[in-house]
Amino acid sequence: MTTQHTLSVLVENTPGVLARVSSLFMRRGFNIESLAVGQTEIPEISRMTIVVNVDELPLEQVTKQLNKLVNVLKIVELDSTHAVERELMLIKVKTDPQTRGQVLETVNLFRAKVVDVATDAVTIEATGDAGKLTAMLNVLEPFGIREIAQSGRVAIGRGPRSITDRSLRTVPGVQAG
Amino acid sequence: MTEQIAEQLTGAQSLVKALEHAGVDTIFGIPGGAILPAYDPLFDSEQIRHILVRHEQGAGHAAQGYAMVTGRVGVCMATSGPGATNLVTAIADAFMDSVPIVAITGQVATHLIGTDGFQEADIRGITMPITKHSYLVTDAADIPRVIAEAFHIAGTGRPGPVLVDIAKDALQSSTTFDWPTELALPGYRPTTRPHGKQVREAARLIAAAERPVLYVGGGVIKANAAAELKMLAELTQIPVVTTLMARGAFPDSHELHLGMPGMHGTVAAVTALQRSDLLISLGARFDDRVTGQLSSFAPLAKVIHADIDPAEISKNRTADVPIVGDCREVIAELIGTLRKQSDDDGVEGDYAAWREQVLGIKKRFPVGYDKPAEGLAPQTVIERLSALSGSDATYVAGVGQHQMWAAHYVDYERPRQWLNSGGAGTMGYSVPAAMGAQVGLPGSVVWAIDGDGCFQMTNQELATCALEGIPIKVAVINNSSLGMVRQWQTLLYEGRYSNTDLNTGPESIGARRIPDFVKLADAYGCVGLRCDSEADLDATIEKALAITDRPVVIDFVVERDAMVWPMVHGGASNDDIQIARDLAPTWDDEDI
Repeated sequence: MTTQHTLSVLVENTPGVLARVSSLFMRRGFNIESLAVGQTEIPEISRMTIVVNVDELPLEQVTKQLNKLVNVLKIVELDSTHAVERELMLIKVKTDPQTRGQVLETVNLFRAKVVDVATDAVTIEATGDAGKLTAMLNVLEPFGIREIAQSGRVAIGRGPRSITDRSLRTVPGVQAG
Repeated sequence: MTEQIAEQLTGAQSLVKALEHAGVDTIFGIPGGAILPAYDPLFDSEQIRHILVRHEQGAGHAAQGYAMVTGRVGVCMATSGPGATNLVTAIADAFMDSVPIVAITGQVATHLIGTDGFQEADIRGITMPITKHSYLVTDAADIPRVIAEAFHIAGTGRPGPVLVDIAKDALQSSTTFDWPTELALPGYRPTTRPHGKQVREAARLIAAAERPVLYVGGGVIKANAAAELKMLAELTQIPVVTTLMARGAFPDSHELHLGMPGMHGTVAAVTALQRSDLLISLGARFDDRVTGQLSSFAPLAKVIHADIDPAEISKNRTADVPIVGDCREVIAELIGTLRKQSDDDGVEGDYAAWREQVLGIKKRFPVGYDKPAEGLAPQTVIERLSALSGSDATYVAGVGQHQMWAAHYVDYERPRQWLNSGGAGTMGYSVPAAMGAQVGLPGSVVWAIDGDGCFQMTNQELATCALEGIPIKVAVINNSSLGMVRQWQTLLYEGRYSNTDLNTGPESIGARRIPDFVKLADAYGCVGLRCDSEADLDATIEKALAITDRPVVIDFVVERDAMVWPMVHGGASNDDIQIARDLAPTWDDEDI
């Protein structure tokens, strides 16, 4: 049995770093469930949130291999009890004058919102953890889902501490000759 | 305050200056379109000797050979596209065997990148899984920093290859030179100093063990820790095995040395690991060629695993005591802790019975072979090469049977005496790597011990050797076939020799002697010799040793049915070691 793990990986914001990380997962035989990348409060640092389905031991191995990448600064595993996890989903649902009311009611119940309306469809923006989004999709399913666009998971630890502190440091230089 | 006006120079000049600042004295390479600007200032460098090779793969292996014997970072250079892709095999080889090299490649101009321009290849993308790190430089101002970082990364921590791909316009544009005094590598902090608590825990396990073995890998050589290892072995009187990458890390002549473990390891080394209750792994990585079937490898042993690369620890075999650190520091700390443990608490291990047992096995099952009724035994050739050239000489093997014989029958007494392609198993490694080793060790004897198959993959570098005054000696162990594959066909495919006959042997065995290696040597401006009988063996080797102004190639025409023993079949348990075909060691009265 494999379990899902959420890794927060701080990387230097340089070209090619995404390719290095994803090719490492491929080479070592791990499937990435989801991947989200964005800048942090420090412009030189990007944060990758990677969700993988692996056992404990292979996870340790992939973490060690990731740590060997020169552009990788820090890896933290976030577990859902001590972190806030969110995914964003855009859902295009078929509507007609009879069903529109019911669809809008669902939107309200899940604290989602409508971001685009056409005569025979609405587009809904929803955020939440994976469980909430799945529940919402189940309710919307009977109306006819035309299209879904989903972001990777992003996550951040609860409490006042930051994982980006002290991530940039220099090493003594190479002497001439 | 003085105002300094920084000197303007081209990116190419900046590159050469940066390489000089990094301490480079030798580059192996071939120019071409995209790298051409770099070759103009290189022409003027008084510090750097550029050696023009005949194939980029040769440049890569030569850089490896140079790095392995000197302990410094080797450098190779090639142009974009096919020039760069020809380096790939050598880069992969350096990655597998942790050899510090920097590969510099030209890239098409920035505006052409991504357009499938002439001689464009995404060499950074291609080499991403086989480099320790890589760079694409498109701004000339980045060149000094990138070169400084590349050498630092290649040579420190677990060494490895670093690729620096430089766009042609970056080499041509105007820039200033600023050698960094500090490197900003926040994600690169190799741990060299071991954790004291882990070392104490290791010392405790060592004292408590009854059947410990020092399982020594190539990391001990990379860390220059051979002297410390000898001290540790002599202090504790624990038997030692040295892996293929570690031959020479501990003297073969030492009483405590059981030889090489693994698929073609000695009975003593393989059996000691199997029966051990504590493996003290130093800079080794539990490679499948050492462990055989992993689940039955050293089933009773606890494991102390020391390595500078944390990702190696518990990768294949779970470690009971992991120690991350440089082998030299780890061993030094371990010696101190063991001494203290003995002085303060009077605790020290007693392995006399175990030692007697494994040294008995070593005595009963030495590595050996039967001489054929007719023809020259390849093992004899290598034994005599070793006896007549001594341990001051350096031995560089290709891959296959001759490599295993060279690992067993050369007497290794010092680190960096033995070079080979261990992890990647690259046929064709020998001649160019020997060339690089000879450049790093001018005036000393460097033997390329090669097979007739391997030799035909990279022997074009004989031209480089002849013209550049690099007098390597090549011993071609010529059995007229891809010998190791043939051995497997003999053992596993009922002697159906599918595509392993190379026809480099004499007419007497029905071969066509194509090519004739003596004529080939002659064509390349080398001395070509041939030896097909034991009677001429010593005289031929001595003749080769007397020639110091040119490369020498000896075609040793050997008996083709010789096989490498001992052997553990692929995927089998190390308990099933065979000392000859269908012949397992017999253990008589001993309790196994």
